[in-house]
Amino acid sequence: MTRRELLKSMAATAAIGAAQGMFPGVRFADAAKAAGEAAPAEGGVAWKKTPCRFCGVGCGLQVGIANGRAVAVKGDPASPVNRGLCCVKGYHSVMALYGTDRLTRAMVRKDGKLQPVPMKEALDLVAAKMAETIKAHGKDAVAIYGSGQWTIPDGYVASKLMKGAIGTNNLEANARLCMASAVTGFMTSFGLDEPMGCYDDIDHADVFVLWGNNMAEMHPVLFSRLLERRLQNPDVKIIDLATRWTRTSMAADRSILFLPQTDLAIANAICHEIIRSDAVHETFVRDHVSFHEGKTNIGYGLEDKFTFKDEPKTITFERYRELLADYAVEKVEPLSGVPARELRYLASLYADPKKKVMSLWCMGFNQHTRGTWINNLIYNIHLLVGKIATPGNSPFSLTGQPSACGTVREVGTLTHRLPHGDVTDEKSRKMAAEIWGVPLERIAPKPTFHTVEMFRALDRGDIRFVWIQVTNPMLTLPKLRRYRDGLRKDDRFVVVSDVYPTPTTDVADVILPAAMWIEREGMWGNSERRTQHFERMLTPPGEAMSDGWQMIEVARRLGFEKLFPWTEASHVEEIWKEYRRFQAGPEHEMAPYEELLRRPGVMWPFVNGKETKWRYNGQYDPAAKGAFDFYGKPDHRAWIWFRPYEPPPEVPDAQYPFWLNTGRVLEHWHSGSMTRRIPVLHRAVPAAYVELHPADARRLGIVDGGRVRLTSRRGSLILPAQIDGRARPPEGQVFVPFFDESLLINELTLDAFCPISGQPDYKKCAVRVERA
Amino acid sequence: MPIKSYLAYPARGRRDELVAALGRLDGCDVVPAVNRDLVVLVTDTPHEAADRALQEALTGLPALDGLALVAGIGDAEVDAVGAEEGGRDPA
Repeated sequence: MTRRELLKSMAATAAIGAAQGMFPGVRFADAAKAAGEAAPAEGGVAWKKTPCRFCGVGCGLQVGIANGRAVAVKGDPASPVNRGLCCVKGYHSVMALYGTDRLTRAMVRKDGKLQPVPMKEALDLVAAKMAETIKAHGKDAVAIYGSGQWTIPDGYVASKLMKGAIGTNNLEANARLCMASAVTGFMTSFGLDEPMGCYDDIDHADVFVLWGNNMAEMHPVLFSRLLERRLQNPDVKIIDLATRWTRTSMAADRSILFLPQTDLAIANAICHEIIRSDAVHETFVRDHVSFHEGKTNIGYGLEDKFTFKDEPKTITFERYRELLADYAVEKVEPLSGVPARELRYLASLYADPKKKVMSLWCMGFNQHTRGTWINNLIYNIHLLVGKIATPGNSPFSLTGQPSACGTVREVGTLTHRLPHGDVTDEKSRKMAAEIWGVPLERIAPKPTFHTVEMFRALDRGDIRFVWIQVTNPMLTLPKLRRYRDGLRKDDRFVVVSDVYPTPTTDVADVILPAAMWIEREGMWGNSERRTQHFERMLTPPGEAMSDGWQMIEVARRLGFEKLFPWTEASHVEEIWKEYRRFQAGPEHEMAPYEELLRRPGVMWPFVNGKETKWRYNGQYDPAAKGAFDFYGKPDHRAWIWFRPYEPPPEVPDAQYPFWLNTGRVLEHWHSGSMTRRIPVLHRAVPAAYVELHPADARRLGIVDGGRVRLTSRRGSLILPAQIDGRARPPEGQVFVPFFDESLLINELTLDAFCPISGQPDYKKCAVRVERA
Repeated sequence: MPIKSYLAYPARGRRDELVAALGRLDGCDVVPAVNRDLVVLVTDTPHEAADRALQEALTGLPALDGLALVAGIGDAEVDAVGAEEGGRDPA
């Protein structure tokens, strides 16, 4: 394929992507051809499989390689995830490899300026600084902060280095900012992480309820599967339950807007209505569910060193019913802004025994000061009516990064986790010590800091050295100014591994150029427990090196050669074989390496050559005994939790009268460091903006494109207004996408978090809006 | 040597006619939607003057109701794939 043909195929796929954004469900028979499937053999194009670089859906791609360069992309028709379709980001993904400012050389700050140095010299310095910091301040003065874009082997190396070699739990990942509440929701309700169902549920469901989740933009390929399901089955309904009108609302059969934070009350109202109307699945509840309540008024983590420990109490169904008395639909209507008839309608969808219901959510639930609670509440609904763990009946937590599940959650690159189990659990520590070949006492039994507290510790000086890989916290942390100022302090040492300059490399003392995606071998795990392998297809530019191998090089310099004995050529395979030992058994068995090479992804548990599509269901899950078996909990039951509505820590008032909501757009992936270097995507959305309701804009004298000043208690920012663009917030609310490094909206957001998960709430704080 | 892609909207009931007319124009690749009256059009012309002439020909098509430009790739980008726009110096 020539360069010109590549550009034509990309122009075509951009148009197809735009059409799919504007007209959800539109299909093009020749889309694959337009995307380059009929590639001429000029120079020879080799097609190789990989998961997409970007979101957590995990679409399978085929990347065309010619003359040592990625020249084309098409959706992999063999992938059960996307069945040959991609979104506009996926179609353009390989262009992100070729930005002109790729980091290709290591850089070290000397006399205040970053100077290029040989990679070896930079790695020597990183190891020396790490050792020096440990000697002077202790092992808990060093930290690694990674991401859900780490490959599984990268994350495994990070865990083994920090927890097994150095002996600190100062390991975190940015999935704390996007998925931690989903994890604690799963753990508190089921005792095990990750969904019981899979994407195949979409092909069976009659009703899709999207909770605070703009799937049309954030998970466009999966959303197209919902639309396809409805096209083939006109009785299928899509309900968009959200705080802002979006492209998803436009495509839905019904759009229901609610006031921020009141999803807690709405979910309880649905449960109340299900019980009131005698729609509880009595035998399922009797045989497979137990009822619990925990602490209330649990705080918001606004103060440093905040701690919280829940105190679960088992309660009866009658007690649960009494606690729900405050959530009758008529009582919830004024709080939520959702009419009682709409709440009854929602309850009736879940209650109808003839309808299979899939609930889907992502950041709206997880980035929430009661994120764990709202995850619990959605499970409560499904459990009360017995609509769970069967095809089409599925509460489904979506993810935002390609390996938030595979790496951060499964390998456990979080302060409290090990590759199997928690650090607080002696049995799990013993397993890790045995597999890693380290003394048991080396593995610290207490978690240290979750992400927000880790950056607070850096600001205070409790942590002096941090190594940041594959993520851009100087754009994505809430209340950003404090944490940026903290990293800039004189006696902090900051190492950043990345592929492009970012606001985070701006504060680095050492920058290490990273090999990106298909420039190295790896595996990622997507939202439906699917592990996908990709081979090294390209040579990394300059001295760029994979994140995992960078850590191995430093580990060896620190004297841990025996723990990392692999060769660069075979280390991914060797790591996979070691890691699989942690997950052995029918509850989480991972596929052999050879199987990953052969298939377009494999779902775990993978037992006797077979994937498990529905966990906890004896018909499908080899670990389940009986019809349903929630074996993650000691009582083998799923837990229904009473969780009340509690208000957010900051609400609009006379001084700051608007809600600020932040999030993403279709064209840009997270902090934009890759997608802003793809010309088509950059031009489509070149800068951030603030969405306003037209009535608010008129009242404030603001016109479309006009300058608007947003001010919170933490900072101020001037952005262009967008009025009735791709979305419309209700009156009294504004929305700003966070991808733009020149307009740092996180300087205004609040670092309040869910006390159980530690995940911050980026969706709610109070701002003043003025014409600038 | 511009390359451009558009969403082309046919006049009511004239989708097939539009697809055929576009297919007859030099430098046009056509990808029709199968379930909506919508056509993706990709144009590839040797120089700016030819691009302008093609645009005039397009706007004269009676079966075309509207044309929305999605992507435009100019000469410089054709010569340098992946030229980034948000890039900067790390130092």
